[in-house]
Amino acid sequence: MEILVTGILLGGTYALIALGLTLQYGVARIMNLATGETLVAACFITFWLFASYQVSPLWGLVLVAPAAFAINWAIYMWLLKPLVDRAKNQGMLEVDSILATFGLLFLFQGLMLRGFGGAYFTYTYLAERFEIFGSPYALNRVVAFLAALLIAAALYLFLYRTRSGTAVRAVAVNPNSSNLVGIDVAATAALAFALGGALTACGGTLLSTFYTFNASMGVVFTLKALIIVIMGGVGDVRGATLAALILGITETAVASLIDPGLMLAATYALFMLVLLFRPQGIFGKQPT
Amino acid sequence: MFKRTMMALAASAVAIAMTGGIAAAQQTLKIGASAPKTGPLAGGAAVTHWPSLQLWIHDVNARGGLNVGGKKLKVELVEYDDKTNPEEAVKNIQRLITVDKVDFLAAPYSTGINLATAPIIAKSGYPHVATSAATENMAEFAKRWPNSFWILGSSTEYAEGVVQALQTAQKAGLIGKRIAVVNVADAFGLELAAAGKPALKKAGFEIVYEASYPLGAQDLAPVISQAKAAKPDAFVAFSYPGDTFALTEQAQIQDLEVGVFYVGVGAAFPAFAGRFKDAATGIMGIGGINMSSKENLDFRRRLKEVTKVEPDYWGSAVVYSGHQILEQAIERAGTTDRAAVIAAIRKTPAKTVIGEIDLSTNVNSKNWTVGQWQDGAFHGVAAKGFDGAKAPIRKPAWKK
Repeated sequence: MEILVTGILLGGTYALIALGLTLQYGVARIMNLATGETLVAACFITFWLFASYQVSPLWGLVLVAPAAFAINWAIYMWLLKPLVDRAKNQGMLEVDSILATFGLLFLFQGLMLRGFGGAYFTYTYLAERFEIFGSPYALNRVVAFLAALLIAAALYLFLYRTRSGTAVRAVAVNPNSSNLVGIDVAATAALAFALGGALTACGGTLLSTFYTFNASMGVVFTLKALIIVIMGGVGDVRGATLAALILGITETAVASLIDPGLMLAATYALFMLVLLFRPQGIFGKQPT
Repeated sequence: MFKRTMMALAASAVAIAMTGGIAAAQQTLKIGASAPKTGPLAGGAAVTHWPSLQLWIHDVNARGGLNVGGKKLKVELVEYDDKTNPEEAVKNIQRLITVDKVDFLAAPYSTGINLATAPIIAKSGYPHVATSAATENMAEFAKRWPNSFWILGSSTEYAEGVVQALQTAQKAGLIGKRIAVVNVADAFGLELAAAGKPALKKAGFEIVYEASYPLGAQDLAPVISQAKAAKPDAFVAFSYPGDTFALTEQAQIQDLEVGVFYVGVGAAFPAFAGRFKDAATGIMGIGGINMSSKENLDFRRRLKEVTKVEPDYWGSAVVYSGHQILEQAIERAGTTDRAAVIAAIRKTPAKTVIGEIDLSTNVNSKNWTVGQWQDGAFHGVAAKGFDGAKAPIRKPAWKK
């Protein structure tokens, strides 16, 4: 039971890391290598708000999310839109966007180093005991999990129950045909990219309550996000959430029952199994 | 910005060399430095490495410079980021020696990178005072590279320090025999665990839980719950900063009540006390300093004043002492001749902020190995070669 709860909580953390990227990659077709840096930047902003102005991280979300939305919108419009317009096909856009966001990664990292230096940062927020079925868990992780749940549900409702959400899904499936049925693909992609950035930033804000972070840590999160997005099926929110939960539970079970040293091995073994038997991801559609 | 400054610097260096004016009468000593500003070890270097170097440059210049054979020479720093990458570090050192033509080198940061750069530093005949390399084979390295000096202890010494602290605690009746040992699966953690576990058994302790976890892991709830299930009297983790914080937080949440709670790198960081506040009291970790040493306290105050960075309770002072060793040897040799300076380091013990350091064998035999948070400071409770260890206290119950 304890393993299951710990695993599910960890899965929530992973979902926070990956949901933004799945939107950015699946819909806007931008393989954003700077996703980890976006997350860490949100950690820093939250830390700064908390340390200097006593803004609680949960209120911090209200500030961080719109700001990240605006910044990511701007990045898409100025930096990535020209690449999208210029790309002759999907492959070319992928290569170009990987190179561009690789540069972005260093820009973000440099800015954070300049602003905060390279040291480790951490603060205390809701690091209290919270009992579930009689076992103690960290309250901040429970809160992050609930927030992940809320965000995933809201995203699901938006994507499957609203008109613009349907447009987003249509673009994810086929940008060219979406154009034909009167969807503004460019605007939808920009929306998805900005929304993805905002989600990643929310993840960062929540993660900062229990992770020790520094300016050079982004790549760790990018890798995790990448695995989850590909496991879940590119662009599929349900798939990413499920993949995150499976990963969380597997890692915790392996760490508790076998050996914590095999946590990473379990992650990659799972990843390999998915690639071998369902290369399109858990919820991904077979390419026709 | 940094690159541009460097380029301007390089350009002016070329200009100066062409006019040929200053080359004859040396006014400054150039010190070259390469260490992480980015990459996995940037976090540690930002606390332990760079501020001490900055302070040393500041101190020397505030005194009017180094006294080299009756002439006062100010010091000037040329610094590069090695991106926590040994190959990059080797390139940087090469560049510092051949392009920037620095007079002396400040040692790089971390065990791995000090070892990776040691051959090229040795080949070029520069003194290499390694202040952040904890390795097993220092005596052998000193023989292979006679220009290299090793200030930190070996992994065995740090592991034995833990055993020493546990024995002291056991004799004082603070803990029993049951120990849980975990480590990060990286060179540092593996070496300490490999040295520590046999030493623990030899000292009569019983290891009731052992595990390792991957580098970078911060989701360590299972490690603590498994350790707790083994009902240990003491918990020992050979950990790195990220996991040091994560393990401590989980232990607090899951109420892992032990008489000794030891974590590795990071426990000596000021951020640790900042994060855990009163709950840090009684926690032990690698490092520690002598809080009754006037020189060390004075160093801490000045470091904070000059660099605005709070020093840690382990490496900061050691790194500074390395620069002092070089400084005193240059002044005693009275020349910038590097072979003479190396001989001078070996010949006379240096007076540093961590005490007198004798390097006649190239290896320093005195080190603080374990510290404990008591009254808001990280006091050394176990040491090799140093007196003044404070008595360890039993870790109080976690505050909720």
